Amino acid sequence: MIPTKFLLILPILVPFLTGILAVLSWHQRNLQRVVSLTGSALLLVVTLILFQRIDRFGPQAVQVGNWQAPFGITLYADLFAAIMLVMAGLLGLAVGLYSLANIDEMRQRLGFYPLYQILLMGVCGSFLAGDIFNLYVWFEVMLIASFVLLALGSERRQLEGAIKYVTLNLMSSAIFLAAAGILYGVAGSLNMADLAMRLRTAPVGVVTTLAMMFLVAFGIKAALFPLFSWLPSAYHTPPTAVSAIFSGLLTKVGVYAIVRVFTLLFVQDQAYTQAILLILAALTMVTGGLGAVSQYHYRRILSFHITSQIGYMVMGLALFTPLALAGAILYIVHNIIAKTNLFLISGITEWVGGSYDLKKLGGLYVRQPLLAGLFLVSALALAGLPPLSGFWAKLTLIKAGLEAQAYLIVGTALLVSLLTLYSMIKIWTQAYWKAQPEMVERPLPPRGIGWVIRFAPVMLLAACTIALGLGAEYFLDVAQTAANQLLNPSLYVETVFGTFVGGMH
Amino acid sequence: MRSLILTTATRYLLPLMLLFSVFLLFRGHHDPGGGFIGGLVASAAFALHGFAYGMPEARRVLLFDPLKLIGVGLLTAVSSGLVAPIVWGRPFMTTIWSQTSIAALGKLGTPLMFDTGVYTTVIGVTMLIILALAEEDGDQEEEAI
Repeated sequence: MIPTKFLLILPILVPFLTGILAVLSWHQRNLQRVVSLTGSALLLVVTLILFQRIDRFGPQAVQVGNWQAPFGITLYADLFAAIMLVMAGLLGLAVGLYSLANIDEMRQRLGFYPLYQILLMGVCGSFLAGDIFNLYVWFEVMLIASFVLLALGSERRQLEGAIKYVTLNLMSSAIFLAAAGILYGVAGSLNMADLAMRLRTAPVGVVTTLAMMFLVAFGIKAALFPLFSWLPSAYHTPPTAVSAIFSGLLTKVGVYAIVRVFTLLFVQDQAYTQAILLILAALTMVTGGLGAVSQYHYRRILSFHITSQIGYMVMGLALFTPLALAGAILYIVHNIIAKTNLFLISGITEWVGGSYDLKKLGGLYVRQPLLAGLFLVSALALAGLPPLSGFWAKLTLIKAGLEAQAYLIVGTALLVSLLTLYSMIKIWTQAYWKAQPEMVERPLPPRGIGWVIRFAPVMLLAACTIALGLGAEYFLDVAQTAANQLLNPSLYVETVFGTFVGGMH
Repeated sequence: MRSLILTTATRYLLPLMLLFSVFLLFRGHHDPGGGFIGGLVASAAFALHGFAYGMPEARRVLLFDPLKLIGVGLLTAVSSGLVAPIVWGRPFMTTIWSQTSIAALGKLGTPLMFDTGVYTTVIGVTMLIILALAEEDGDQEEEAI
């Protein structure tokens, strides 16, 4: 059995070591592919062990370098963090497998696999970070890897998307860093557990200002309204494997950070912050949904839906009841799986149909019934049809909304669900159902190893979506435990400092 | 276009600068210096050699592929953090010092190992950039990466 204090660092170490080995095997491409895939599989195993450990023994913390908190570097994992880590591991493996077929030789030679692993390291680091400055550093690790992954290959439209992406994300980093600096000036610490105690006595006005600064910084990364414009203009440009991993993990790291700081640190003036979050959530849902309706590009529709769905997650946070937070967590898990899978499916659709443009696609239901079926599973899950995963997540959120008597947001959420359903049906009828447009007949791709590599991860994720729907009771149970941990900041403080702390709550 | 002054000076400067970089590396833990600045000085030495004798020559005296240096350097740095959890069961990156101190070097420990990793990585990264930029002219037969 691995000691817990070592286990906690492994989700960072495994992708890092894999990335290093991928650098060392730079010129042997086949070896590099084996290394990368093995590392991704190992990451999933490690995160699953960590999840099981935390599920049994509660939140865990470790002080890197053995310097005591608040002076050392704290890593902290509660059930929410563990769930997110498992998601990172699952996607790392699924997309890692898919990338073996999807990433061309030129991008592999330019270092796709090391960057992919470093991206995973940054994501896992962000989930584990126990102080604000380390969170910033992990964000940067993740962003720099993502900048290069987005621009790798230097196609014209890729660079166009990358410029918008880099500019806005750098601005977000600057705001984040400035906010961290002011926070340090106000509270004298950046360790989150320490801050949770110190901010209780800080002036409310200053703390709320800081909360808004962090909301803007994280909101850009999470693609909240009105800061989301970089996402739909960048995510459809790189190879499918890259947009799939971005859509699954990067915005969710932003959401994770928002949830973390607004449950642990900025809880003084809740009436004010929750109202703002609620309005932002509603506007994000609606604008994302409407944006998707107006599009005819497969991946652009999906990109707008990422934004729309962030709204649901923030809605759960804004309602701030245990049930609502559980719904948000369930929604994040469901969305990560379903959305990534849709991106992977869009890649296969392009592979067999020759385009991402819905007007040029058609007839794929006849020619690729399996692909069409897999699309339907994920698309209907995204729209929230029972018994798939999205239904339970939305049901939980809406139930929580009704309990909190927030009828306006509930109405918006239901309405946007219809918009989601509409755009999923649009993709379905255009790409799969309608007759093939008068064009050159494309030969069916061979059912060789390339077929297996592309379809295996899609089937895996579709199976996860169905399992999430059928085993909803267990998953809701886990999500509720995670939500209760989030709503109990003294648990965080006690875990990090290792002692009972009086005077909280 | 080879300058006699530059080539002659480089012949003496290269070993001196490399020696100085190692000196910086070893004194780094308690005094100004360290792996990063040491690595930069070492890369400056190799770059100087490249300017004097041409980049293929710099590549030859570097002995290793810069990419390999980056990989090995990072691996060394990470391993220094792994000593504590694997051998003593302490948290990752806990520093371990030897009890006896060695003449001229002082006490050995995992921070020195970490610094050595940084030193190697910095040489790798800097040389990768310099070689790629200098060889881009097209008059070199070797590819950048």
